Amino acid sequence: MKKKLTFAAALLAASVLSGVASAKTLVYCSEASPANFDPGTTTGGNDFDASSRTVYSRLVEFKHGGTEIEPGLADKWEISDDGLVYTFHLHPGVKFQTTDYFKPTRDLNADDVVFSFDRQFNKENPWNGEKYLPNLTWDYYTGMDMPKYVAKWEKVDDLTVKLTLTEPNAPMLANLGMDFASIVSKEYAEQLEKSGKMADFSTKPIGTGPFQFVDYQLDSVIRYAAHPDYFKGKEKIDDLVFAITPDATARIQKVLAGECDIAPYPNPADIGTIKANQDVTLMDQAGLNIGYMSYNTTVPPLDKPEVRHALNQAIDREALIKSLFQDAGATPADNLIPPTMWSWDKDVKFDSYDPEAAKKVLADAGLKEIQLWASDRVRPYNPNFQRAAELIQADWAKVGVKAEIVNYEWTKYREEGKKKDRPGAFQIGWTGDNGDPDNFFATLFACSAIGVSNYSSWCDKDFEDLIQKAKKTSDQAERTKLYEQAQVVFQKQAPAFLMAHSQVYAVVRKNVSGFMMDPLGIHRFDGVDKAE
Amino acid sequence: MLRYLLNKIALVIPTLIGITICAFAFVRLLPGDPILAMAGEHGVAPARYEQLKEQFGYNLPIWQQYARYVGEVATGDFGVSISSKRPVMEEFKTLFPATLELSFFAMIFAMVLGIPAGIFAAVKRGSWFDQSLMGTALVGYSMPIFWWGLLLIIFFSGYLGWTPVSGRIGLQFFLKPITGFMTIDTLIYGKWDAFRSALSHLVLPAIVLGTIPLAVIARQTRSAMLEVLGEDYVRTARAKGLSSARVIGVHALRNALIPVVTTIGLQVGTLLAGAILTETIFAWPGIGKWMVDSIFKRDYVVVQSGLLLIALIVMAVNLIVDVLYAVINPRIRAS
Repeated sequence: MKKKLTFAAALLAASVLSGVASAKTLVYCSEASPANFDPGTTTGGNDFDASSRTVYSRLVEFKHGGTEIEPGLADKWEISDDGLVYTFHLHPGVKFQTTDYFKPTRDLNADDVVFSFDRQFNKENPWNGEKYLPNLTWDYYTGMDMPKYVAKWEKVDDLTVKLTLTEPNAPMLANLGMDFASIVSKEYAEQLEKSGKMADFSTKPIGTGPFQFVDYQLDSVIRYAAHPDYFKGKEKIDDLVFAITPDATARIQKVLAGECDIAPYPNPADIGTIKANQDVTLMDQAGLNIGYMSYNTTVPPLDKPEVRHALNQAIDREALIKSLFQDAGATPADNLIPPTMWSWDKDVKFDSYDPEAAKKVLADAGLKEIQLWASDRVRPYNPNFQRAAELIQADWAKVGVKAEIVNYEWTKYREEGKKKDRPGAFQIGWTGDNGDPDNFFATLFACSAIGVSNYSSWCDKDFEDLIQKAKKTSDQAERTKLYEQAQVVFQKQAPAFLMAHSQVYAVVRKNVSGFMMDPLGIHRFDGVDKAE
Repeated sequence: MLRYLLNKIALVIPTLIGITICAFAFVRLLPGDPILAMAGEHGVAPARYEQLKEQFGYNLPIWQQYARYVGEVATGDFGVSISSKRPVMEEFKTLFPATLELSFFAMIFAMVLGIPAGIFAAVKRGSWFDQSLMGTALVGYSMPIFWWGLLLIIFFSGYLGWTPVSGRIGLQFFLKPITGFMTIDTLIYGKWDAFRSALSHLVLPAIVLGTIPLAVIARQTRSAMLEVLGEDYVRTARAKGLSSARVIGVHALRNALIPVVTTIGLQVGTLLAGAILTETIFAWPGIGKWMVDSIFKRDYVVVQSGLLLIALIVMAVNLIVDVLYAVINPRIRAS
């Protein structure tokens, strides 16, 4: 009997093998193993690449390669005049994936949408807690303040869903394009609940996205196949494989050797080798991030904008960026938001390097000593806080300001740094979540963020009025104007030294077409093709 | 013998307690708050922070947390990963065969080269071979694994294209694991090309992981052999007119191997430590890479339980080596 089984298994493997051989396969060398395949429960970019961007779709989507919102599962939507009610009209006939572990009996409908969100906040929902997975925290749902803004989700009819807010919040639409807002199958959930295998929901995903899940060998390989009934049309690639390769150098060697087609995040040191190779293309884009240094604007003499400007002018920013990012490069920041984000104001320019002017202002203000904070962690927006601190320290010494570098371990660092009365200049940064300017301006510099993530303890009435108004307005043209004004105020008040938006890279083989860098830091494979 | 064995086992208990304390303390001594570490740049609201602290049991006094932890571990509950939400034990069982397979081949590599090289160096003591071998062994022993691994990848996989860069098997082979050992599974499926692919994927990581044990074994074999070759019974054997091959191969080697066996057993710790780096470079889905990933993800439950499990394995192997040692060397039993 056992022999027979083995034989059958071998036959099965052989049939699968022959299938793979004739199909068009795209191999992506991913940087880390996904925690699981339920994007509501995870937080990492690599988790999302493997789940939400492959298997799932959302009501609205980010434009490929951009941060603008476009229709997804919802063909269109209306927002009420008071900005409180969003009505989404679903695309008819959207099919969930059919796999060997789930056969859908119906198309996507409003129940699935309501369920996808309800499970993330409703304690009564069996999928909210322990019954599904232990220690669930729904980080993004709470992190994006959804519990505060969402009053209720309602099904109007099979193809219409209504979202009511507690107060107007224009970034909501962008939130719904985020990974945590992926739409899952209620029918699949109910089936698993009945069979008592609820945890399978996170390991054997079912969605409406471009690829369907086939298999995951822990920490090694993830396999997907094109979803034949994908509502935007079947993908050109038949099979998508994630080969998990954590070491950056090994990842690049794999692309160069043709063992994979696309790999993200090369080492800066390897960039020269990659550029010299004929078979691959190095793609880059300014990331949706900002590295900056917050001055505590409540502690004299840093409460004076001219003093903060002078400190900015004293730093040789170009040399600093070059030393920190080396070959990888970074875009010097003129505004808090990166140039890839809508509403970025091209007319606003950051303080230019002028140590002579700075010296005079600082002497007049009597600023002789300052604390300069640095941590041990490598962040995408700042590869070396300590090195940055030393360079800034040297620049400031030239204008007569002695900087004392304060070091803490990363978590302790932020804990101490966010205290309202923390003195001096604090290096920090941010990577955007949803491509909405509010996600930068309000998260980092709203008055309500003081003590949380407003490390400058900066509360400026003009700036606050502008960003709050922009948050409540759903007209994007109007919002753009408001954010442009906010950037002017920000430049004038200089609550922080803006350093740079770091570049993100991917290495792609020349026979691959349609792959785009994404400002949100995700890797999408819909629309990608490969010439054999 | 029994007394010797009981003695050894009795020693295991305090070691075990020590390990649980170390594993427990390790994650708590790390600077920073685990909940804040998990939260990332977003931070957490104070109310939510308290709630999470309670959820993870970090609000209890430290001794209660320890008691709870020991209680759970004693009943075989190694907890649930914070990031993947899967039981730690389940992940361990899935990944351990990969580490075991790699370690096995690394050890084979180290022994097949190390023992003959050591013997030869001892026999030709002082020759250029002996001196260059010992020099090379010293280099091998001090070689940083990370650097060595990348060097081999760039040269053999990148430049020459002889071996695959990383992974366990070619991606065209899609085999559901049966035993978890790729070389065995491919044979069960009867797929020779898959078996060859698995072997070719093993070459570089096994060399990298086996380099340090190779150096240690070669040196240990050489010194043990030198010691034995000076013994009276070897001289007697020679005087009786036995062939040199027989004297070295039978009389000397059997006795010289006793300390070598111990050395090999003790290399298990080195292998598991080396696996952490080797697996990360070669994208080898074993427990070494799993530990590194978990540290980066701040998955304290996995780090804590993984440490304990690895320590348990090393202890078990050491115990087995002690017993084996007593079996092959009766003098130990007597004392």
